[in-house]
Amino acid sequence: MSHLEAIPMAEQPTLDVRGLCTSFYTRAGVLPAVRDVSLSVQPGRILGLVGESGSGKSVTGFSILGLVDEPGRISAGQVLFKGRDLTKLTASQLRDVQGNRVAMIFQDPMMTLNPVLRVDTQMVEAVRAHRPVSKREAREHASRTLALMGIASPEERLRAYPHQLSGGMRQRVAIAIALLHAPDLIIADEPTTALDVTIQAQILSEVQKLVREQGTSLIWITHDLSVVAGLADDVAVMYAGRIVEQGSVADVLDRPQHPYTQGLIDSLPSRNRRGQRLRQIPGMAPDLLSMPEGCAFAARCPRSSSVCAQEPAPREIAPGQTVRCFHPGAADVQ
Amino acid sequence: MNAIPKTATASVGLQAQSPWRRVAVEFTRSPSAMLGLVVLMIIILVAALAPWIVVQNPYDLMQLNVMDARMAPGSPNMDTGYTYWLGTDGQGRDLVSAIIYGLRISLWVGIGSALIAAVIGTLLGLASAYAGGWVDALLMRFVDLLLSFPVILMALMILAWLGKGVGNVMLTLVLLEWAYYARTARGQALTESRREYVDAARGQGIGPWRIVIGHILPNCLPPLIVIGALQIARAITLEATLSFLGLGVPVTEPSLGLLIANGFQYMLSNEYWISLFPGLALLITIVAINLVGDRLRDVLNPRLQR
Repeated sequence: MSHLEAIPMAEQPTLDVRGLCTSFYTRAGVLPAVRDVSLSVQPGRILGLVGESGSGKSVTGFSILGLVDEPGRISAGQVLFKGRDLTKLTASQLRDVQGNRVAMIFQDPMMTLNPVLRVDTQMVEAVRAHRPVSKREAREHASRTLALMGIASPEERLRAYPHQLSGGMRQRVAIAIALLHAPDLIIADEPTTALDVTIQAQILSEVQKLVREQGTSLIWITHDLSVVAGLADDVAVMYAGRIVEQGSVADVLDRPQHPYTQGLIDSLPSRNRRGQRLRQIPGMAPDLLSMPEGCAFAARCPRSSSVCAQEPAPREIAPGQTVRCFHPGAADVQ
Repeated sequence: MNAIPKTATASVGLQAQSPWRRVAVEFTRSPSAMLGLVVLMIIILVAALAPWIVVQNPYDLMQLNVMDARMAPGSPNMDTGYTYWLGTDGQGRDLVSAIIYGLRISLWVGIGSALIAAVIGTLLGLASAYAGGWVDALLMRFVDLLLSFPVILMALMILAWLGKGVGNVMLTLVLLEWAYYARTARGQALTESRREYVDAARGQGIGPWRIVIGHILPNCLPPLIVIGALQIARAITLEATLSFLGLGVPVTEPSLGLLIANGFQYMLSNEYWISLFPGLALLITIVAINLVGDRLRDVLNPRLQR
């Protein structure tokens, strides 16, 4: 927008989150859902954000886009989108970014489309929220974008109400809405979890293709490590509101250093261990309201020792691979 | 056999059309509701076309002949030879004409006040839900306060202060009714605002007021429509009650309630028709509206859908 952009910036990440903390100030107490999360996504790269339910991965996504509701609040940190801190923007400045430069895809395609409005109504509104075009132009653009998502006969889909579309079709529509303004960053919050695997595979490959073609950055929030393995370039593993390990998919999934990451990978059912008891991580994720001092995973960790009563700082264990653990290392059980 | 099926089924599937169409189709499945709707349509049509249907303008005192007062149903008009099918009232009004004009006032007051109250109440309810905090608390406590008073008492108090007249009666009804819409709209909007499509719309950078009006309001409409239908019936009854008590419309423009009140004094002298027929007209109107309203409640109830 200003003269500043004339200066070419080498390798400026699309998104650079620094020390993000988001807490929910409930009557029962302060609930730290996201604690000191730092991550960055380069243009055209896909980051898989992995964690179990309640690990704070969705709240991280919501925080980036400024969608955290009362009683939740971003209490610290920066969300630098192309160098601009989104947490400092006014509501109307933020709306210019939302859906335009940063778009979000939600988990449940049954819920994200307004049930009483036709698809074209919703898409035309989404187009016109950021572009001063006529309704007809907006509709044509919507139709083209639906076709881009591999939707046959987009005109017919535009006239439909959400309940007339299948789950996979609805999620394609939702993704098409996210793609309308060719955003620089898309945050996808488990968008294929509610779909069956064949549809999931189709959608994953289409999204992957579009991201590569348009140079869009993508954050794919999921609990499914196999999706991350197939889709993402980088991965960040979250536990109890913190990123415990991050790095490239090849490094983290092949040589996990944090015992929690290893536990996650171990608990995947696999053909090689048929008939054996499925592995699981002992214990439960801690209650966010009464978080233990020090490492949140210590109580469930086979390697925990007295130092784990303190909070481990993130350590770069290998180039590009960071671990938040006092006892990193290759898996001790195989 | 091979060529047809694919495209045919696809287009048939998409022709199931809007949720409102489904509601309409569901609605027609109830014979009693359809009867109510047809009767209501006829009543509205007759009331709307009153000046062209009736033989006598009951508000024009020049057309009334006091000599014709309190004539039994079926008596002939001495001047014109027209038959008073339902008799005449104490001022010599043809009751058919008077009832049709009375319906006109009753419907106008009932529907008009219900619609104005619906718009005001819904907007206040949505604003309350959207604002939250102390604005919401204050507005809703005020609504509770308003709803905790007996309606007729409140109406009498307001009308005693405002004075008679069609406009004042409508104003009173609006003042008493908006609270129902406000409370329902607020509750519904709060439920809807937690739905994911609202987050999705916010994530698209759509402004808050556009989300409230364009996304949340359409999803709040079903219960509001049901309330609206039943409130129209309530408003008509209340207007009739107020007029009956002498605080409603002026004597020169009798609504159904006033007609009933006027005939009341002749009941014991066996001149039953002056009160009875306006009462029947009121009864039929209310029953018709309630039949429609009840059916709407059934087909718009989200718990009974699908």
